[in-house]
Amino acid sequence: MSVPHALLALLSEGPKFGLQLREEFEARTGEVWPLNVGQVYKTLGRLERDGLAESEGNGDDGPQKRFRITVGGEAELAAWLRTPPDLTAPPRDELVMKVLVAVRVPGVDVHEVIQAHRLYLVELMQQWTRLKDGEARTDLGLALAVDAELFRLDAVTRWLDAADARLRRAAAEPPQSAPAGAPQLRRTVARR
Amino acid sequence: MSEPEAVSVLELRSVSKVYRQGTAEVHALAAVSLSVRAGEMVAVMGPSGSGKSTLLTIAGSLEDPSHGEVLVGGAVLAGLPRAAKARLRRRVIGYVFQDFNLLPGLTAVENVALPLELDGVAVRRARAAGTAALASLGLAGRACRFPDELSGGERQRVAIARALVGDRRLLLADEPSGALDSVNAEEVMQLLHEACQRGVAAVVVTHDAQLASWADRVVFLRDGRVTGQTSPPSGPESLLSPEQRQ
Repeated sequence: MSVPHALLALLSEGPKFGLQLREEFEARTGEVWPLNVGQVYKTLGRLERDGLAESEGNGDDGPQKRFRITVGGEAELAAWLRTPPDLTAPPRDELVMKVLVAVRVPGVDVHEVIQAHRLYLVELMQQWTRLKDGEARTDLGLALAVDAELFRLDAVTRWLDAADARLRRAAAEPPQSAPAGAPQLRRTVARR
Repeated sequence: MSEPEAVSVLELRSVSKVYRQGTAEVHALAAVSLSVRAGEMVAVMGPSGSGKSTLLTIAGSLEDPSHGEVLVGGAVLAGLPRAAKARLRRRVIGYVFQDFNLLPGLTAVENVALPLELDGVAVRRARAAGTAALASLGLAGRACRFPDELSGGERQRVAIARALVGDRRLLLADEPSGALDSVNAEEVMQLLHEACQRGVAAVVVTHDAQLASWADRVVFLRDGRVTGQTSPPSGPESLLSPEQRQ
């Protein structure tokens, strides 16, 4: 989450106080990303230094100081909104590592390991869904944030399902030896 | 004997189902026990071939188990005469299918009223109950439309109204939102969830974790056996623990 850009987005609606920015930030993100006051003022200081926001009044620090977005800030915000985040490198996923390791450890039933994680993920999803059925019905920001989390967890459970099925199939019919070109391909992918 | 505690609306006691394919035996279900209370939604998750649909057809008395007992409303199904079983299916159990199964030649309200009419309820009373069921699902204005004049989401809401009409207490749903986009699918699950909050017991079979997460309890099935189930859910406040707040 880019806090500077989120604050610029809030300032694009009109001048605001620091405390007000913190409250609105939390409300808009469904309170899924809490923010402390210190973070808000530190970020505002940086935005001011970079000419993306400016403070009103006599320049005194404190809660009474209002901030506004500059023309440069508006341009920065517009560019940021349209720039896709870097998703090219797969994240280091601890769960993926655990399943890959479980396949190799003697005496460990990888399907049992998979089921333990699946159970935990679905319990977590049940909690998010409860939130969606409650507060998120009247809070659009929260509903969107909860959806994002549910889709993320859902993707992980789907991966577990696929891994489960693939490992079963491999156990039933062991894979043939890899063609000569395959290791090369793997290394190329890993290097990216 | 078990203790006379609150009677489950549905109870499977060590239910097994064996199909014969030539000389081979296929164990579709192996000693599955499951109890669903009034007001509870249980989701059954598992891959294709795990026995989910078999579990549902046995729970709905559409098929008999090879071993074990099925109780609906405390009554052992195997002990019931054929006619009584059929009555139970008409009056107590409602079914929701992936492809809605509405009759194309009937309007929404006629589809919903049909189970009551088949059960001998006077047409006028059955239609009134159908209209009320549709209204409770936000379809009051759609009662006289034919299925092909309705969207997919609306069709499934009509099917849910049909499954609930006449105060039925057990709802059995097989991938009820499989044919819908995610927003409509969620709406269907929300409606089923609300029906449970009004006291209906539901078993929803799905392979979709997002839909299963609407349930009070998720039971995992694999090769005909229960491999685990979720614990009673904790409140959403636990999601906002300090570890989450970064």
